[in-house]
Amino acid sequence: MYEFEFKPFEEMTPEDYATVGFMSGLEVHQQLLTKSKLFCRCPAGRYSHEYHAEILRHMRPTLSELGEYDGTALMEFKTKKNIVYRVNKETVCTYEMDDTPPFMMDDEALDTALEISMLAGLTLVDEVHIARKQYLDGSIPTGFQRTAICGIHGSIPYGDRKVSMIQLGIEEDSCREISDIGHMRIYNTDRLGMPLIELVTGPDMRTPREVAEVAQILRKMMRTTGRVRRGIGATRADTNVSVTGGTRIEIKGVPKIGMMPLLTYNEAQRQWNLLRLREELKRRGITEETFSHSSLDITRILKRSRFTPIADAMKRGQVAAAVKLTGWADLLRWQTQDNTVFSREISDRVRVIACLSVLPNIIHSDSMSETLSGAEWKETKAAIGCTPEDSIVIVWGDAGDVETAINEIAIRAKEATIGIPSETRQALRDGTTGFERILPGPQRMYPDTDLPPIRVMPERLERLRERMPIQFWDRLRRYHEWKVPQDAIEGLALSPLSPLFDEAVTEMGFDVKDAAVMLWRYPRRLRRDGIRTEDLPVDALRAILHAVRDGKLTKDGVLNAIRRSLGDGFDADALPPRLERKDLASFITKARQQVQYAKLHDEKNIPNLTLDRVMDEVRGRIPGADVADEVAAHFAKEVLS
Amino acid sequence: MSDKETYKGYKGAALAAMKKFGIRVWSDAVLTTEEDSFEGIVLPRSETADGDHIVIKMATGYNVGLRCDRIIDAKEIGYKEAHYKIPEKAFPYDPKKNRVVLFGTGGTIASRLDYRTGAVIPAFTPGELYGSVPELADICNLETEKLFGVFSENMGPEQYMILADRIGEEIRKGVRGIVVGHGTDTMHHTAAALSYMVQDSPVPIVMVGSQRSSDRPSSDAALNLIHSVKTAADCDIAEVMVCMFGPTSDEYGLLHRGTRVRKMHSSYRSTFRTIGDIPLAMVNRDGYTYLRDDYKKRRSDREVKVSAVFDDRIGILYYYPNMKADMMDMMIDNGYKGIIIAGTGLGHVNKPLYPALQRAKDAGVAVYMTVQTLWGYVQMYVYETGREMMDLGVIPLENMLPEAAYIKLGWALGQTDDLDRVKEIMLESINGETTPREPYNGYLIYQGGIPEVDEFIGTIRR
Repeated sequence: MYEFEFKPFEEMTPEDYATVGFMSGLEVHQQLLTKSKLFCRCPAGRYSHEYHAEILRHMRPTLSELGEYDGTALMEFKTKKNIVYRVNKETVCTYEMDDTPPFMMDDEALDTALEISMLAGLTLVDEVHIARKQYLDGSIPTGFQRTAICGIHGSIPYGDRKVSMIQLGIEEDSCREISDIGHMRIYNTDRLGMPLIELVTGPDMRTPREVAEVAQILRKMMRTTGRVRRGIGATRADTNVSVTGGTRIEIKGVPKIGMMPLLTYNEAQRQWNLLRLREELKRRGITEETFSHSSLDITRILKRSRFTPIADAMKRGQVAAAVKLTGWADLLRWQTQDNTVFSREISDRVRVIACLSVLPNIIHSDSMSETLSGAEWKETKAAIGCTPEDSIVIVWGDAGDVETAINEIAIRAKEATIGIPSETRQALRDGTTGFERILPGPQRMYPDTDLPPIRVMPERLERLRERMPIQFWDRLRRYHEWKVPQDAIEGLALSPLSPLFDEAVTEMGFDVKDAAVMLWRYPRRLRRDGIRTEDLPVDALRAILHAVRDGKLTKDGVLNAIRRSLGDGFDADALPPRLERKDLASFITKARQQVQYAKLHDEKNIPNLTLDRVMDEVRGRIPGADVADEVAAHFAKEVLS
Repeated sequence: MSDKETYKGYKGAALAAMKKFGIRVWSDAVLTTEEDSFEGIVLPRSETADGDHIVIKMATGYNVGLRCDRIIDAKEIGYKEAHYKIPEKAFPYDPKKNRVVLFGTGGTIASRLDYRTGAVIPAFTPGELYGSVPELADICNLETEKLFGVFSENMGPEQYMILADRIGEEIRKGVRGIVVGHGTDTMHHTAAALSYMVQDSPVPIVMVGSQRSSDRPSSDAALNLIHSVKTAADCDIAEVMVCMFGPTSDEYGLLHRGTRVRKMHSSYRSTFRTIGDIPLAMVNRDGYTYLRDDYKKRRSDREVKVSAVFDDRIGILYYYPNMKADMMDMMIDNGYKGIIIAGTGLGHVNKPLYPALQRAKDAGVAVYMTVQTLWGYVQMYVYETGREMMDLGVIPLENMLPEAAYIKLGWALGQTDDLDRVKEIMLESINGETTPREPYNGYLIYQGGIPEVDEFIGTIRR
């Protein structure tokens, strides 16, 4: 059943993905645009690498409700990490450092989460119950993330079908990792506690391309509220991938949607190839029951090795060990992903769990690259009793870590006889995935005993329903019908000014093109000056449009009026009176005189410069075309005279 | 089964809805509303929550609440009653290791939350503790005894006396050390009580608790337990001590003298501080750093003086400007035998209280003065007010902490009604509750923001 072989990324067809049973779902994380963090009064959205103090903690597994330790929990405990938090006094208080219980959930954040739940067609819960989701990697100092479900069971349209939405949760964001070397992991805490939502889709995507497309739709849908953060790291997605016979694997924290197709392709390929590896092992008679390995301290043999990583270890007085995998000859270089072979699966585990983080951290007998000398290999093989049918993995480092590593090497190899281990994987820059940690089970969810449930009152939902934007995809359709200029359609549909645009066209009677210029092109120009569209005062903009409609302001005065409204607001009554063509003569004469005395490289520029000066004076009070006409007429006369 | 069990915590409309649709707590149920349906296990509801919602745990592990008037149908499709149990593993016995007894009184160190009911389940037998903190077996042979299951705030004289007697019995049997698990809120009251009631112990008596409950990965409980059990097993200090986090980081614990320690922050891990003096020692997994040498040393005998008495007709009067005499009159009229005043500054109250002080004196009520500044001595001779008050019978208590003084007065009055004798007991220091001198580093409260302090906390991890 595993005859199919993966083709290069560009050559895979939807039929190929159907053959391997590709399934993928998304967990889109979106930071919310709030003033404060979710469970304390620290300011949200202030990032800095500056820190004023450090705090050291350890994470300890706690028993689950069923009296068992969670798999991830145990793994993290095995790693015995010192976790250091860098604390900036401006962005972190005692809550984030787990020295103060939480304050009540930020209302602004919950409002936005409920609003987006409604956009995603979810059924809302009546009482929001805050849960603790355990994370023992230290990314949250409490050892758990506070999280709550706002809605379940929704869907959004995708092409001619629907993509199901499983749930939307509101949660606090985690720390940013600075480094993770050996037994020391360092975190920056500025992002910690920021309000975040997690929107989870069903496993409805059938090709890597669909994954990216649906991610885009969701991102844009959330953006239309105008209440979500933008920029690097503000939207992140975990991508779940499986193939027939495989396991649901979570690729964590994909920072760019553009990376999703290659990542999901590689993950599907990895699973498929691991299943093919299992077939090969079975063919060789290696199963979960018959799997065998042995290990041996080979420090003595490698004492004088010239292979630099091992030579360095020996200088530090560390040890080296060999693990023999019986019957595995050549299988350590079995391809798993693009340019990646099975030994990477082992190396990853050794790196993460045994904390041997300097690469290379293993070498093996199936590798073609130059490592040990022929004599060293020979002696090692003889010492451990390795036949041509077997493979050897060699690992070196601190004695305790090497002991952990020997165990992990055997565990990972044995897992290959069973299938795909449940784990979360990280997205790597080259589009492949790497081991991150064992997948946590549902045992890691506990109710938060610090906070009472929050009632979602009907009045609150009513208020949110009123402010809800029209669905992004409905806007797109509408703007196509209205024949909004092509290049403006998507930008306008996503813009927080979209409702005002609709109002301008349907209620104020503006021409679609004019409205698009005023509410899409001008704000875009302002953005280049560092003025964010979401910061524009919508009420002032509406007043400006009314003034244009009422003839108090011309269209070409709008940009300036918007600019001024940022500081001073907008008052139509304070506008200077309209001008007629006949009023322009004095302005032109004055401008002409000023230009006369300016130093010019080329006299041909005089008419244009004069026009610019006049426009500076009269912009908004008379259409620019009229001014151009009058200036042109003036110079025609001047030439004649 | 009783309704109370079947519908644990539900009331009002929610209870009516459950009965109507035939679902109960622990039902695996499908609840249908006008728009959707929800599946999950019906959870017990907190008694304090409203009667309008039904809570279910969904397959994802998340809980959600549904308003019962939206539910148009509900079906029980299964039943999964959950019983929370901490797995026990036999605590290994090693003849080479010392015997330590851990007394439980309640509080977070010795409990785990039952998430589903919100109720506290004690994790307490040696087996349970070993299951959660296996490192303890490397330190000693641990025995445990649950004396009470009360929260810190419910600890009182009755419990102090039982605890003191039981500690005395164990010492006479030859235990190598005692650990007392205790809620943190009033740990310093109990520490003071034990300091007076159990004197000249040959072994350490270590009080311990946790500021973050042991059900969280970042809890301080495990490390505090390891530190305190280690201290009981092999530390050289044979005193009543409080063993809690030194800094907020997982670095070391501090051993505080039971009479000089106080909880100083409502939630910080490093909440316990020695006031007006320095702690006895630092402790980590590897050993101790003794910070002073005037402590009582461990002995190999089994001698101990236990005096478990207490008269609870005493109180603390926390003075504030404009306090009326009736506050004190009330205590006198209600038969209080002793009053500890926490006065301002060097130990002052205002003049309008003088008549009440006179009444107390006439009624034979023992009145003692401590300072609400916590640091520093009562020095009533400095100002006229102080001298006048001493004439009215108020006795200054040096640098005794108000809580330590309160407990000591109850203990003294428990022994005798003779106020002169009580005065002798109060003024004779038993174990550091008053000290002749305050060391220059006994008062250190860093002021954040000052450049040198910020530099310090920026470079020293704490």
